[in-house]
Amino acid sequence: MSEYFSNIKTSATTIATGMGITLKHFFNAVKRKGDAGIDDADYFRQVDGLCTLQYPKEAIPTPAHGRYRLYVNIDDCIGCMQCERACPVECITIETIKATSDDLAVCGKTSGGQQKRMWVPRFDIDTAKCMTCGICVSVCPTDCLYHTPVADFSEFDVKNMLYHFGNLSRIEAEAKKKKLAEQQAQAAKEKAAAGGAAKPGAPAAKPAPKPAPPVGGQAGAATGANTVSGIDF
Amino acid sequence: MSSSPSLNTWSDALSGFSIGWFPLGLVIVAVIPLVFIALYALTYGVYGERKISAFMQDRIGPMEVGFWGILQTLADILKLLQKEDIVPTVADKFLFVIGPGILFVGSFLAFAVLPFGPAFIGADLNVGLFYAVGIVAIEVVGILAAGWGSNNKWALYGAIRSVAQIVSYEIPASIALLCAAMLAGTLSMQQITMMQAGPGGFLHWFLFTNPIAWLPFLIYFISSLAETNRAPFDIPEAESELVAGYFTEYSGMKFAVIFLAEYGSMFMVSAIISIAFLGGWTSPLPNIGGLELNTMTSGPVWGAFWIIMKGFFFIFVQMWLRWTLPRLRVDQLMYLCWKVLTPFSLVSFVLTAIWVINH
Repeated sequence: MSEYFSNIKTSATTIATGMGITLKHFFNAVKRKGDAGIDDADYFRQVDGLCTLQYPKEAIPTPAHGRYRLYVNIDDCIGCMQCERACPVECITIETIKATSDDLAVCGKTSGGQQKRMWVPRFDIDTAKCMTCGICVSVCPTDCLYHTPVADFSEFDVKNMLYHFGNLSRIEAEAKKKKLAEQQAQAAKEKAAAGGAAKPGAPAAKPAPKPAPPVGGQAGAATGANTVSGIDF
Repeated sequence: MSSSPSLNTWSDALSGFSIGWFPLGLVIVAVIPLVFIALYALTYGVYGERKISAFMQDRIGPMEVGFWGILQTLADILKLLQKEDIVPTVADKFLFVIGPGILFVGSFLAFAVLPFGPAFIGADLNVGLFYAVGIVAIEVVGILAAGWGSNNKWALYGAIRSVAQIVSYEIPASIALLCAAMLAGTLSMQQITMMQAGPGGFLHWFLFTNPIAWLPFLIYFISSLAETNRAPFDIPEAESELVAGYFTEYSGMKFAVIFLAEYGSMFMVSAIISIAFLGGWTSPLPNIGGLELNTMTSGPVWGAFWIIMKGFFFIFVQMWLRWTLPRLRVDQLMYLCWKVLTPFSLVSFVLTAIWVINH
């Protein structure tokens, strides 16, 4: 019998306690809970209150070192294709056009000082496929490919998830292709002419491609100070 | 009370009003509670419950439709209206269709005897309280029709639980209300309210004039939660075990009608407890010397205001309890009813009788 009454007493007191807690929360609804993160020292000292974030209107900022949307700084891209080969889900598609020797100055250098030898008319990143594994970032020799802190980039159409980068427009790309083909045809003709006309001319012709490596070597040495893997290309 | 019109003047005039042979007034009398239920269920019932539950859980609830989401319920109703009204092929179609109707009529009929102020009551029956307790029992038939007609195991389980629960909890609820009827010496709702009116405001209410009245008051409040299937006695709909209980198979407007019936009976039991123990439409403010607060806040319109506010307060407590307590098990439910509430209601009945005899 005493258990019966003690049960009733326990029920009454626990219900009163519980209702006190819910009522406290109800009246705390006029306040907003602070947005201190779990690593903040005063996380447990925040006021009680509403903790809902109305997401598209309010958001906790992503950390500055966050790795979300993939981005390529196309000005620094040398078109080496290592990222395309490294990507496990094949979300990067690159097209390159070799720059003709008279265009090298126009093609420019990377911010690290390395001479760019490729036009990159197309550098497509399919962010719908990208799983932010970061392998492409680790292989990039010029550090121009990286994940940004932009976390929300949802689209209504999956086609809009395909991000186009590139340093040439379509017309410019056609012109560069044509120019390269012409130059190559010219070179082949010259080579054929040289080969057909005189054999002794061959050793003389040979030094012609040679000057290139010293230039590359110089550039590599220059970038080597700034970038870790700039020399290997 | 002197400034207010005599009892039921407005309702008598309204029910006598007719155009030719057509008793338009009687139709309007019936429509007033219907419109009231719809408006209140729309605003306070659904929107208020969502906001209150959200605040108690540190959320903010609906925010998108209108200012602070105030039009959310209208958007939901538009959605429900457009939904397909599905009747399962294996359902008992007659029972399935009639179930929500009986349910709604059951909670709606009790509004006939609720006095909304000194000048308005649908029907001032001399057995008003008895009628209200009795007519609510019709809801059981609607729940059973809905649950059985659905031909669904969850619905049937919900209906069986609901019937067992409502029938059991009628007993302590009725005995608790009987205490109030003894104190008033009448079963008429309007007379019970009149007994608690006076210049002292809340001091004349049965809850405060009687040393034992808190016990039947608490017992009736707990039993009314069970009768309306509100938490912690919501085992008939028990989302986590029975999908939605007896209205699992319902969709569209039939679902909306079941909801309306639930909110209707929530207000009804809150109004009954206010009338039986807290003075119905009387003002809680006392006259203090020359400051006649009670006289200033009495009258037909103030009366409607006070009873609706008292009803809303108890609905708030119902919502508050819903977000505090977990659901009871079936055996705990029966234990509470038969081993706790019923004996205590009998004790309070005897004590009230002794008190009434001695005063």
